[in-house]
Amino acid sequence: MEPLLNITGLTMDFGGIRALDHLDLSVQQGKIVALIGPNGAGKTTFFNCLTGIYKPTSGDLLLTPPGRETSRLNGLKPNRVTQHGLARTFQNIRLFPNMTVLENVMIGRHCRTRAKILGAIFRNRKTVQEEKEIVALSLSILKKIGLYDMHDEFAKNLPYGAQRRLEIARALATDPLLLLLDEPAAGMNPQETSELDELITAIRDDGLSILLIEHDMKLVMSLSDHIFVMDYGKKIAEGDPKSIRNNPEVIKAYLGEDIDDA
Amino acid sequence: MDYFIELFFSGLTRGSIYALIALGYTMVYGIIGLINFAHGEIYMIGAFTALIVSTVLSIFGLPLPAIIILTLLASAIWSASYGYTVEKIAYQPLRNAPRLSPLISAIGMSMFLQNYVLLAQTSDFLPFPALIPDFAFMEPYASTIGSSDLVILVTTAVVMLLLTWLIKFTRTGKAMRATAQDRKMAMLVGINVDNVISITFIIGSALAAIGGLLIAAHIGQINFYIGFVAGIKAFTAAVLGGIGSIPGAVLGSFILGLTEAFATGYVSSDYEDVFAFSLLVLILIFRPSGLLGKATIEKV
Ligand SMILES: Nc1ncnc2c1ncn2[C@@H]1O[C@H](COP(=O)(O)OP(=O)(O)O)[C@@H](O)[C@H]1O
Ligand SMILES: [Mg+2]
Repeated sequence: MEPLLNITGLTMDFGGIRALDHLDLSVQQGKIVALIGPNGAGKTTFFNCLTGIYKPTSGDLLLTPPGRETSRLNGLKPNRVTQHGLARTFQNIRLFPNMTVLENVMIGRHCRTRAKILGAIFRNRKTVQEEKEIVALSLSILKKIGLYDMHDEFAKNLPYGAQRRLEIARALATDPLLLLLDEPAAGMNPQETSELDELITAIRDDGLSILLIEHDMKLVMSLSDHIFVMDYGKKIAEGDPKSIRNNPEVIKAYLGEDIDDA
Repeated sequence: MDYFIELFFSGLTRGSIYALIALGYTMVYGIIGLINFAHGEIYMIGAFTALIVSTVLSIFGLPLPAIIILTLLASAIWSASYGYTVEKIAYQPLRNAPRLSPLISAIGMSMFLQNYVLLAQTSDFLPFPALIPDFAFMEPYASTIGSSDLVILVTTAVVMLLLTWLIKFTRTGKAMRATAQDRKMAMLVGINVDNVISITFIIGSALAAIGGLLIAAHIGQINFYIGFVAGIKAFTAAVLGGIGSIPGAVLGSFILGLTEAFATGYVSSDYEDVFAFSLLVLILIFRPSGLLGKATIEKV
C-alpha cells in the first residue's frame, strides 16, 4: 500500500550548514512512527520543512490520503499544508496565550470552515449554524483530551501538562490525517507522561497516523510501530523498536548512553 | 463649570477622532509589528473622498441623511481599498525583510500619497460642507456641546462596540487575535495570514475614513496635509495607551483629546502640543510599554 507520507531525498541547507542530508522517510497510514536522534540532529528542522515553515533545498514530500490522489507538499505555505491534513505541536509550547482554552481549539477549525466576515455581521443562518457546530466539536475534543472543565480559562493559566495536551487538542481540531508531535513529553512528570502515552494511543486508534519526535525512550519504545534514527541530518537507522534498541550505530550516536533511560 | 463641561466635550470629540485613527495604527502594529506611517494619509483620503462624494450627491439633490450615509460608505470603502493596496504593494513584499525596510517603505508611501493628493487636488484648504445639521433637540445645550460633537461621539461609540464584537466573537476576529499572538503558529493551524493582514488594513482604513469624514464636517475645511498632523497625534495616542492594544488606543486617545482640550481652554492653544507630548514623555518614563501595553517579550 502507498504510504500516507513519503519523503525522499529531503535536504535542507542553511548557508553552508546542511541540516538535513538526503533524508528518506515514510509513514504508513494508522501507525505511530518515532523520529529520534541526539540534540541538533535535525529533527525539528525536518518538521519545519514538512509543514512549510522552511522551504527545503531539495527533495520530495508526498502525501497520499487513503483512497485519494497523491499531492506534493513542497513549497506550500503552512496554512495550505494544514489544509492537506498535517498538524503539529511544538517542542516549546506555542499556544495562543491570551485566548481561552476553547478559543484555542476553535481556531483549529478555521481552515475547515468558510464563513465570511459579512456573514458574521449580518448573522445569516448558515454562519450561526456553523458557529454552533464549531463550539460543539471543540468542546467534544476538549472532553476527549480531559480539558473540558477548563475551557473558559486563558491558555496561559493552565498547568504545564495541560498546556501540552491543549496543543494536541488544537492540532486535532484541524482534522489532520497525520499528527506531528515535537517532544510532547518534554518536561512532563511520570504521571503526565503515562497519560500522554494513553492519549497518543487513543488518537491512533481513532485512525490518525502519528509522527513523533521524542527523547523519552521508554515512551518511544512502548508507543512506536516503527522508528527512524537521525544523526547530523542523516538517517542512520530504521526499524521496529526491538531492532533499534540493539542497533550498534544507534547506541554509538547516543555516545554509549544506555538508551533505555536516555 | 459650564466652561469646564464645554472643554470636556470638546476633548471627547477630539479623543473620538484620535481613537478612530489610532485603532488602525494599533491593530496593524499588533498584527505585523509595523508602524504604518501612511495611515494618516488614508484618513486624509477618506476626508477628500467624502468631500467629492457629498458634493456630487448634493448636486443630485438627495436628502441629507441619504447623503451622509452614502458618503460614509463611499469614503470607508475607498479608503479601505487604498489601505489594502498600500499593504499589498509596499509592505507584503517586505514581510521577511529587516524591520527597518517596511518602515522606510511606509514613510515613502505617506509622502507619495500626500503629494499625489496635492497634485490631483490642490494645496489650498477646501471648504467642507456642513453635513451634520444642528438638531433642534440640541438647542438648549448648544453652548456646551454641538450637534456635530454629539454625532461624532455616538458614531465612535457604535463603531467601537462593533469592532469589539467583531474581534471578540467572530471567526475573523479570532483569526486576527491568533495572528497577533503568534503569526507562525496561526499559519500552522491553517489561518491564511495574508488574508488576516489584509482584513486588518481594510478595517483600520475604513475606521480612519469615518474619522476623516466626521472631523471634516465638524471643522469645515480640509487639505492634503491634515493626515500628517492627525496621524502623528493618533499615533501618539496609540503609544500612550500601549501600541498593539485596542483598548489602550481608545484610552490613550481620550486622554490625549482631553489634555489638549483643557490645555487649549485654560492655558493657550499655542501650548496644546506641548502638553500632549509632555504627557506622552511622562507616561513613557513610568510605563515604557504604555498604559495598557504588555511588556514586550521577544518571540522565538
Ligand atoms: N533557521 C536556521 N538557521 C540556521 N541553522 C539552523 C536553523 N534551524 C536549524 N538550524 C540548525 O540545524 C541543526 C538541527 O537543529 P534542530 O532541527 O533543531 O535539531 P533537533 O530538533 O534534532 O534537536 C542545528 O545545527 C541548528 O543549528
Ligand atoms: Mg528539536
